[in-house]
This record gives sequence, C-alpha cells and structure tokens, in this order.
Amino acid sequence: MEREGRIINLMEPGHTGCAGCGQAIAARLVIRAAGSNVIVANATGCLEVYTTTYPRSAWEVPWIHSLFENPAAVASGIEACLKAMGRYDGIKVIAQAGDGGTADIGIGCLSGMFERRHDILYVCYDNEGYMNTGYQRSSLTPFGARTTTSPSGALSWGNVTRKKNMPLIAVAHGVPYVATATPAEPRDLMRKVQKALQIEGPKYLHILVPCVPGWGYESEETLELARLAVETGLFPVFEIEKGVITKIRKPKERKPVEAYLRPQKRFAHLFQPGNEHLIVEMQQIADENLAIESGPAVLYGTGGVAKELENEEEEIPPKAGSGG
Amino acid sequence: MISMLEGSKAVAEAVRLCRPNLVCAYPITPQTHIVEELSRMVADGRLHAGYVLAESEFGAASIVLGGSAVGGRTYTATSSQGLLLMTEVMFNIAGLRLPVVMTCANRAVSAPINIWNDQQDAVSIRDSGWIQLFVEDNQEAIDTHIQAFKIAEQSMIPVMVCMDGYVLTHTLEPVEVPEQEKVDNFLPPYNPSYRLDPNDPFTMGSMVGPDAYMETRYNMHNDMMDARLLIERVARDYEAEFGRWHGGLVETYDMEGADLVLVSMGSLLGTMRDATDELRREGLKVGLLKIRCFRPFPINAVHDAIKDIEVVGVIEKDISLGLEGTLCSEMRSAFCGEESPDISSFVMGLGGRDITVDEIKQVARDLANNPSCRVEFRGLNEELIRGDEH
Repeated sequence: MEREGRIINLMEPGHTGCAGCGQAIAARLVIRAAGSNVIVANATGCLEVYTTTYPRSAWEVPWIHSLFENPAAVASGIEACLKAMGRYDGIKVIAQAGDGGTADIGIGCLSGMFERRHDILYVCYDNEGYMNTGYQRSSLTPFGARTTTSPSGALSWGNVTRKKNMPLIAVAHGVPYVATATPAEPRDLMRKVQKALQIEGPKYLHILVPCVPGWGYESEETLELARLAVETGLFPVFEIEKGVITKIRKPKERKPVEAYLRPQKRFAHLFQPGNEHLIVEMQQIADENLAIESGPAVLYGTGGVAKELENEEEEIPPKAGSGG
Repeated sequence: MISMLEGSKAVAEAVRLCRPNLVCAYPITPQTHIVEELSRMVADGRLHAGYVLAESEFGAASIVLGGSAVGGRTYTATSSQGLLLMTEVMFNIAGLRLPVVMTCANRAVSAPINIWNDQQDAVSIRDSGWIQLFVEDNQEAIDTHIQAFKIAEQSMIPVMVCMDGYVLTHTLEPVEVPEQEKVDNFLPPYNPSYRLDPNDPFTMGSMVGPDAYMETRYNMHNDMMDARLLIERVARDYEAEFGRWHGGLVETYDMEGADLVLVSMGSLLGTMRDATDELRREGLKVGLLKIRCFRPFPINAVHDAIKDIEVVGVIEKDISLGLEGTLCSEMRSAFCGEESPDISSFVMGLGGRDITVDEIKQVARDLANNPSCRVEFRGLNEELIRGDEH
C-alpha cells in the first residue's frame, strides 16, 4: 500500500528474522491480505522479537505485544472496547502467536476468545516447537521429531506424541471459519485471510511455518519443505466452515513421508537402523490426514481412534463422535 | 443523599459514575458482589459499557489491558488468588503505562485456602508498578474510586483500590453517592495522548534490551514518586468539590502529645480509633497513623508524622514470612541513616481472625511498658501452635 507518497509493506523488511524464516514470510502475507485498517495483538515469540526490537519496529499498523499467553485476551479487550466506544467501524482485529503461545500456554485465553464470539481473526504460526527459546518441544511438535527437550538418545527416539489438533479444537468451540495454510501457497493463504475477515465472529487460521535453525535445513528450502509437508500429507490444508470441511488441498502427486523428513536434521535419527517402524507410523499419520473428506469435521484428526470406536461399537449414532 | 449500601454496591455505584467504557472481571469471593452489581447495571441500561465475561483473572486483566490500549476507560476487580493469577499482567499493564483501575477486595492467600479478610494479596504485589490505595470505610471506598480514575489517567499509572473483604465489601453503611454531574466535572473524559489507532500506527510493547530497559524502569520509578504529589492534590481537589477528606497519602488521628503511635492500613483504623479514644481516657496518650497510600510509599509523610515519636507499633494483616509485617519494614525505610523510633511489627487478623478493641489496647500498653523493637503475632490460639519449633 501507499502512505504519504511512499510504497510501504505493512510489515516492513529490515527486521532481524533468520534468512528463510517461514514465519516472517507468512506474517507478511497475512498483514498484506488484511490491509491497514487493523489492530494486531501479538504474543511473545520470534515474530515479536525480530520485528519490534526497540527503538525500531517493522509494523506499519497499530500493533501491541503484551505477554506470551494473552494475545487472544488482549484482542478481546480491544474488540470489546472499540465496540463499546463506537469506534469499531471497519477495523479488523487480529491476534497472532506461535504454536506454543496458541496450543500450550495461551489456550485458555484463546478458548475464552472463541466462546465469547469476539470478532477476531486468530493466526497461529506453527513452527512446531519453542523456537525462540532454542527449539524445545511444544504440543504441536510432530511425532518423532527431535527437539532440545525431546532429544533422541539410547532410550528415546524424540517426541512421542502427535500434534494437538488445534483446528478441531477451534471447530469444537463453534468457530465459524477454520482454515490451515502454508507460505508455499501465498495466494491461498491470502485468500483465506481475506475470506476470514469477511466473516463475523471468531476465526482461526493455522499456518505451518518451517523454521531453518529449529528444523535443521538450508534456508533456501523453506517453501519447498512447506510444500512437501502438504504433498506428503503430514500437514493437511483445508477449510472448515460452520463445522463442515468445505475444501481440502489434495496433492496431485502424493509423496512418501521420507521426502519431507530426510532434509531435516530434527528427523535424522528416524533413518537410523531399528527406527524403520517410526517412519511407518509417520506414513500412517500422513495417510490418515490424506483420507480427510469433505463433510462434517468431527472425525478429522482423531488419529484412527474414531475408526476403532466404530469397529468396536456399531451402535454409535452418526453425530456422536464429536471431536474424537 | 445518604443511602444504606453494602460496600460492594457502593463501589459499583462509584465505578458507574466514572463512566467506564469496558468492565471485565472473573468472579472470586469476596469481590463477586461488585461485579454482579456492575453487570446488573449494564443489563438494566444504567451503565453504558462493554462487559466481558473473562475465562480467568489472567484473562480479565489482559482484556482490560487491551481495552485501555485502544483508549478506553477500563475497570476490573479481584481478590486473593485472582490477584496472584493476574500478577504477570499487572506488571505488564504498569510497564505499558495503561491507566487501568482495579478494586482488590482484600483476602488471605492459600495455602491453606481461606476466603476471609487479610491484606496479604495486595501487599504481595507491591512491586508491580501499581498505585495502591487502602480505604477505611465504604464512603472512602466510593470517593477513592472516583479519585483513582483521575490519578491513573493523569499519571498513566494503574491504580488499585484496596478494601477489606467482607469487613467492607459485605457490610452495609450509610454512604453518600455523589451526583453524576459533579463526578463529570471532577473526572473529564479519558483522552490519552497515545492509543492503538489504524489512523496513526504505533507499536506498543516492544522488545527492549540492555540499552534502554533500565531507563524505562527509572522513568516509571520517578513517575511513581511524583504521583505522591498528584494523589495528595487529587484528594484536595476532591475535598473542594465534594466536601470529604479521608487523607492524602497518610492521615493522622489524636497525635497531640502522643507518647506512642499505632499504624495500620484499611478498615482496622476504625477499630483503632475507638481503642485510642479509650486509651486516652485511661491516661495513655496514643496517636494513630493511617497509611492510605501504600505504593508509592509516602516516606516523607511517614517520617514527618512520627519523627518525634519514640515508640511505634505497626498492626498489619500480612506477613513477609521470614522477616516481619511488610508495612513495618516500609516504615523503617523512612528513617534511613537517622535515629529512628522503635518500630515494632504486630501481625494480627490473618485469614479473617477478628481484631478486637481490647487487643489493640493491649498492644499499646505492652509497647508503653516495653518499647523495644520486635516482631509479634497477636491473637494466636496457643493450642494450635507446634510447641517445639520457635
């Protein structure tokens, strides 16, 4: 956009993010799509640190950072107070955080924002760990990944849990628009931001953002890895509107999970002899993700649990499997 | 007009008169009646404000932070565990220079869990950067809340009004609720010099490194110290407008010719006034010092009030475990490098234990007999104390 005769990016270059940072690419696309009539509440994390190191700021929009776990609540207060003061007209409120700020420490505030139906777009930049503090494990770290607090070792093969299903948690709150995206498909990402901002009420956008130092790959591979995450099925890209999956990105050419895992140091131990079963399990996760079909979102991401339930108890009525 | 009001309802009336844009809270005993009454006012159309039902005190503090950042006048209330859960946000509100006003209905802190009154909650977060004003009765609670918004918005420092849980919040007293027009004259609409606005983009809450963090804190400290004058001035202006004076930073009572002085904060002062009246009649000259403003701590006012007194007893409903009552420590700091009165710490009334006129009188008599500096718990049940570990 243009301001005072000068072309500006709403998130300006010159910040101190890593070369190839997936989050920086995604955050710039989000704010570009949202436009200048916004107020952004940002969690503590990489994005906050590298865009606002005093006395500089990369933001050409009103922007506030309060704490790690509260951007959803701060944004709630912004939206509610603007409405109460009669100043809300046309202003879009965005809350944004990383995966730890969203799925772990900030999930209470996020749940409050969802259930109170605030008119806010919440964006989770998921780089699958606490990268700002040195690559520790979060509840969105994928199965099998090595982090500094879920290391691989003689008795360990890294993170033992699957990613917490944040999109489905949003759906369970009745969030009318839930979508996932990656910076590898910028038009798709920006379309989703713009679509979300047309919808009144809470919106949840979950973006996979590869992290060069945390994942352990070369900086020019960011977008390629984001693409591979989708093409292998490890990160499903979809839209859920009013609880119904309306759009799924089905890869034209389905790739084995090894294509995504091999370039990343955090998965290197999976290729050691004796760990073959872990790659098999990751392939199963990808297969389950790719099996998602349009329709009610309740069975997505249940990790096979719902299917097992179906087999064991045939009496389950069609809508009773809510949330797995 | 005088009305008979419960303390909580009196506070809600005062907050309503201040025309907040946003009220947000999470229920906790004994704060609940305040926020119930405010929500009823919103439901009845008597208060035109946003009312957000938070998912926790942490969320409530963050929500009023957001509202304040876009230029709204915001209010919350809490107590005890709720205050502690808010603590991280409270430091942040102060650091972001947002003039939020809060009521703390003072209550004991767990464990063991206890819902009754003491002042451990507020005293425990004295370093958060909030102005902390303690009130003695429900009329002072009304008047201090109206002053609080003015102090906060003129200093850009958040203000916590502390009132004893149950003793004030759940007690009916005759109070005068000011007229709206007079409050409007006293408290103009909030018009901050900075706020989040798409027409004038502004980054709030930057990462500040070793090159500037310390100056930020220094500025906050200076402004907090300067707020002492402001608090005093706002109390005077209030007196001129409404005809009521409850003290500025401190207030004294019966200091004339006093041999010893008792000090406290909050509702206990009422009981202490009765105790000193009786003691005077019995021949012991006791004065009272009421600490109305706990942060910023009024070291000059405290110094001037008791510099000629030899014996001072601080009766307080909190304990800094491993040292003494916190107010007592603060009192001593007023005499750095000078000959100080003997200042003793009397920890009483924790977790809602009653403090009687007789107990206060006994403290004074004991101090008259033995003025030496000491730390004592009073009103203990000896049967419940482990005998072998003192």
